[in-house]
Amino acid sequence: MTGTAASLLERLAQLEGDGLAAIGNAGNGEALEDARVAYLGRNGVLADAMGAIGTVEPERRPAVGQRANAVKQALSVALEAASTALAAADADADHPTIDLTLPGRRTWRGGVHPVTRVIDEICEIFGDMGFTRVQGPEIETTWYNFTALNISLDHPAADMMDTFYLDDGVILRTHTSPMQARVMEASEPPVRVLVPGLAYRRDSFDPSHAPAFEQIEGLAVDEGVDFVEFRSAIQTFVRRFFGVDTKSRFRPSFYPFTEPSAEVDVTCSVCHGSGCSTCKRTGWITIMGSGMVDPAVFEAVGYDPERYTGYAFGMGPARIAMVRHGIPDMRLLYEGDTAFLEQFA
Amino acid sequence: MNVSVNWLRELVPGLDASPEELAERFSMAAAAVEGFEVVGAGLDEIVVARVLEVERHPNADRLSLCVVDAGGEEPIDVVCGAPVIVQGALYPYVPVGATLPAGFTIEARKIRGEMSHGMLCSEIELKLGRDKSGIMRLPDGLEPGTPLVDVLGLPDVRLGLDLNPNRVDLACHKGVAREFVGDGVGLTERDFGATWRAEWADGDAEAAGAGVTVRIEAPDRCSRYLGAVVRGVEVGPSPAWLAGRLLAVGGRPINNVVDATNYVLLECNQPLHAFDLSTLTGAEVKVRAASAGEELETLDGETRKLGPADTVIADRDRAIALAGVMGGADTEVTGETVDVLIECAAFDPLSVRKTARTTGLSTDASYRFERGIDETAQEEALTRCVELILAIAGGEADPVGVRAGATPIGLEDVAVRATRVRQVLGLDLDDDEIAGLLEPIGFIRRGGTAGGGGALYGVPGWRGDVTREIDLVEEVARRFGYDNFPDEPRRFRPSVVPEHPGFKRAERIRRLLTGRGMLEARSLSFVPADHHGNVASVAVPNPLSAEESYLRSAMVPVLLRRLEHNYSRGRRDVRLFEVGTVFDTVALEPNANGGTSQRDAGLERYHEESRLGLVLTGSREPAHWDETSADLDLWDLKSLAEDVASGLCDGVVEACLTGVDSRADALGGAWLGTESYRMVVDGQTVGVAGAVNAGAVDSPPWAARAWALELDLAAVTSRGVAEYVSLSPYPAVRRDLAITVPFSVPFADVEDALRETGSGLLEAVRLFDVYEGTEVEDGRRSLGWAFRFRADDRTLTDEDVEAEMSAFSAVLEKRFDARIRTS
Ligand SMILES: [Zn+2]
Repeated sequence: MTGTAASLLERLAQLEGDGLAAIGNAGNGEALEDARVAYLGRNGVLADAMGAIGTVEPERRPAVGQRANAVKQALSVALEAASTALAAADADADHPTIDLTLPGRRTWRGGVHPVTRVIDEICEIFGDMGFTRVQGPEIETTWYNFTALNISLDHPAADMMDTFYLDDGVILRTHTSPMQARVMEASEPPVRVLVPGLAYRRDSFDPSHAPAFEQIEGLAVDEGVDFVEFRSAIQTFVRRFFGVDTKSRFRPSFYPFTEPSAEVDVTCSVCHGSGCSTCKRTGWITIMGSGMVDPAVFEAVGYDPERYTGYAFGMGPARIAMVRHGIPDMRLLYEGDTAFLEQFA
Repeated sequence: MNVSVNWLRELVPGLDASPEELAERFSMAAAAVEGFEVVGAGLDEIVVARVLEVERHPNADRLSLCVVDAGGEEPIDVVCGAPVIVQGALYPYVPVGATLPAGFTIEARKIRGEMSHGMLCSEIELKLGRDKSGIMRLPDGLEPGTPLVDVLGLPDVRLGLDLNPNRVDLACHKGVAREFVGDGVGLTERDFGATWRAEWADGDAEAAGAGVTVRIEAPDRCSRYLGAVVRGVEVGPSPAWLAGRLLAVGGRPINNVVDATNYVLLECNQPLHAFDLSTLTGAEVKVRAASAGEELETLDGETRKLGPADTVIADRDRAIALAGVMGGADTEVTGETVDVLIECAAFDPLSVRKTARTTGLSTDASYRFERGIDETAQEEALTRCVELILAIAGGEADPVGVRAGATPIGLEDVAVRATRVRQVLGLDLDDDEIAGLLEPIGFIRRGGTAGGGGALYGVPGWRGDVTREIDLVEEVARRFGYDNFPDEPRRFRPSVVPEHPGFKRAERIRRLLTGRGMLEARSLSFVPADHHGNVASVAVPNPLSAEESYLRSAMVPVLLRRLEHNYSRGRRDVRLFEVGTVFDTVALEPNANGGTSQRDAGLERYHEESRLGLVLTGSREPAHWDETSADLDLWDLKSLAEDVASGLCDGVVEACLTGVDSRADALGGAWLGTESYRMVVDGQTVGVAGAVNAGAVDSPPWAARAWALELDLAAVTSRGVAEYVSLSPYPAVRRDLAITVPFSVPFADVEDALRETGSGLLEAVRLFDVYEGTEVEDGRRSLGWAFRFRADDRTLTDEDVEAEMSAFSAVLEKRFDARIRTS
């Protein structure tokens, strides 16, 4: 009867596998109870197998008994787990324990200032066209701020720039344009630079003016840079910044350091050209002053005006941000009100 | 500058484009048109009426009862609110049932017991002007019943031009009209129907004739002075067409003589002034510097105290006008005036500018003189004015005109090369095509070429702004039309100028801080006084207000004001940062010239620096239903400071346990309290972080503690390139160790000692618990440490780890009097 222990062990292994499968497949309490009765019940298959241990050779009985107990243990554990899982599933079906619509756990949302965003976008677009960013002093000399740029303080044109004087010949720069001269003094063409930074004019703080304001100056100088190149560079910028459907127009203007000079308008983003209060009913928003670099500026910095030509432009990112977001009062930009800043975060 | 479209149409016959189209064309070709206003709209029902009888209203002193003839069969009774109504004079009349431009309809009604059928009205009621002082008097000789719009030449469109400072020639109707001339259409001036051809009495400094003497005593301030005398004028209201023109551009008719000077100014840009000749002493006028303290009552009724920098017109005894700015009250033309002297002078732009500035007067005349007038057209302008006066005020002009000063030589010719046009504009135009653009606006092509090549052009007297080739290149571009240039993208060009590293730094800072929930603020450099307590801060000598009298010398104090603003709005959770420039003055060595160039002279006294400022307070996280969030505390600030220091500049953060060094002092200032950190790079303090002193910010009782950080951005250098460290495939072994140490032992010292002691097997050490209380002896605290060991080349054994751990225990016991807790 040497085969008895082996065949019983085989039978135990078989019924363990079958039992676990039956328990696992039981989809409800009834089926699970059926499985329990069939495998662990008093007349179940395991009891039956255990009853057969007495027929095994005595020296193998303990080992087979141990194995039978292990199978019983495994089936009991599986039965318990399946029962818990089924109960939980039943409970879920009646009323879910988690309301998934409750708000998630948040962290504070930070964000850059809307004017910074405009500056960064402008710099990125011109950066793709080869422009690099440079930085200049905000306290500047009248030579760089006016003289080098062909601005005579006796000319009515200087009235446009009411100046903060700090000292004889030293001022808070009235525009970021002085860097045109500083850059050209320091390097030979080709020059393509952007100068983002603060500029200062004696304007009272009101909804559309501030005594200091962000400005971005651009300058491109090389051999063969002409008005056509200037115009298409600006148009490329307008299409990328304001959208491909935005139209632009160039109007004659005057700046002492550019000639020919132009103001650039784009179709109003609020009314798309039909006229609204943002564009003063014109359908157009002026976004920059610009033009071909005046030969007098090249002479001041030691460039040969017969050899080099170029263009320059200046933009006010704060005003552009105001139009873009419909911000009615410039002072809101500088209050540091978190409820305001969060709107653009 | 306002322009009447009807007036332009008179000057350029055949200009039949709509006013909108004209405005658009002018904007694109010359200067921006900012205003567009229909003048005299809705006046169709208003007619001219003659007052037949006038008497005081029996029940109201300030009202008049009028009987008017408005062209109908029956006279009409009208009650009128004006104090002075002249019997026999003409006024605009609004009949019953008509509607005024303001929108209300006139009805027959009883006023203080008297019936009124319609009304007589003022300029302001007709929206023709600003004068509300009385009923608008119309010139004599009009037929009652004539529609007012026909009389005044209305409706008209008033265009508001925003002129560029170089184009003063556009400040008159002829100037604007020239921009529309072309294709054989020329200018046609109105024929006044009177003629004056002067015989000129000339002189350099002095000229005499027509019974007057003119003398230029300040030739540096006045290059020419022309005068004409008209005797026996009848001063009165201007004819309706002239009044209509002035009203259309927003002017105010005064009397026919004054209106004539204004009309010619608006037509051809020459400022003119009319004196009542009988008021001049000595029958002379001279141009001279005012004497110190000299007084003059100007036409606006103000008495002005003058000085030698001001220029005046004087008669024998006194100043009678501010040269080029405004006439004097004593010599103005009034209803009693019979003989007039018309002045047509050329004053120096700078001296007019000075006088206008010191007196605070900016007038139509000073605007034009400051920007330069056409000296070659003065005879023509004076002639136009005399002829207009003769036509509308009668009298007789003296055949002699007086003329002192130099004969104008005209403007210099300017050459333009087609090659230069191509180089600057990118347009392939030949000399003839260029001429085709320049000639219609008055440039005269001379024969032949200039020395340097290029075609030579005569510059018309009104274009004093054109002196260089580039000025003509601009005219070519403008006339070609900026928007007619081809749209041809050109090849990419590189820049040789390296980018300033500060921009990338600022970007990294913004990314890091916005990722940590911070909002970027922007402020404008000005601060009320130096709340930084820094004596070296930069004062603004001419500030707009006391709030803006200094430049900021630190960022945090500025952000603390923003924090207060948020407190005032009831906001408790505030996390702001700003990247900006701060300013200081620099104490100079007595004779340090710093090697700065002349162009930089003065800047060596100032220092600018890029800084990061940061302020935070309130909850650590937004409120959540599942748990309450604690307020931000010292450890949040420390971790932020560490992130900024190590993430941006390879720096470390040290507690300021032994006080603050001088740089930390400069960065922190008065706001920095005792709980503070230094941010250190290469042994140098580059930033500070800490609790904000209660005195440094005005906080409401509900506010949480505020924390701040200030960092010198020049210290934010790029971090080194990270080098790869090989990863061990063998498992780690973890051990914990709890020790007690005296309170005086800082955590950081213990950590340093552990790291020093650990061999290459110690992979990480971390503080997991700090405990002070009954479980440990008095004067001590417990620190719980977690260690992780790992070897590159094998699995660690218990013996390896035990050796490490006993080395730690030995060192800690010896150095810090540590006791190992065994529990
Ligand atoms: Zn619009």
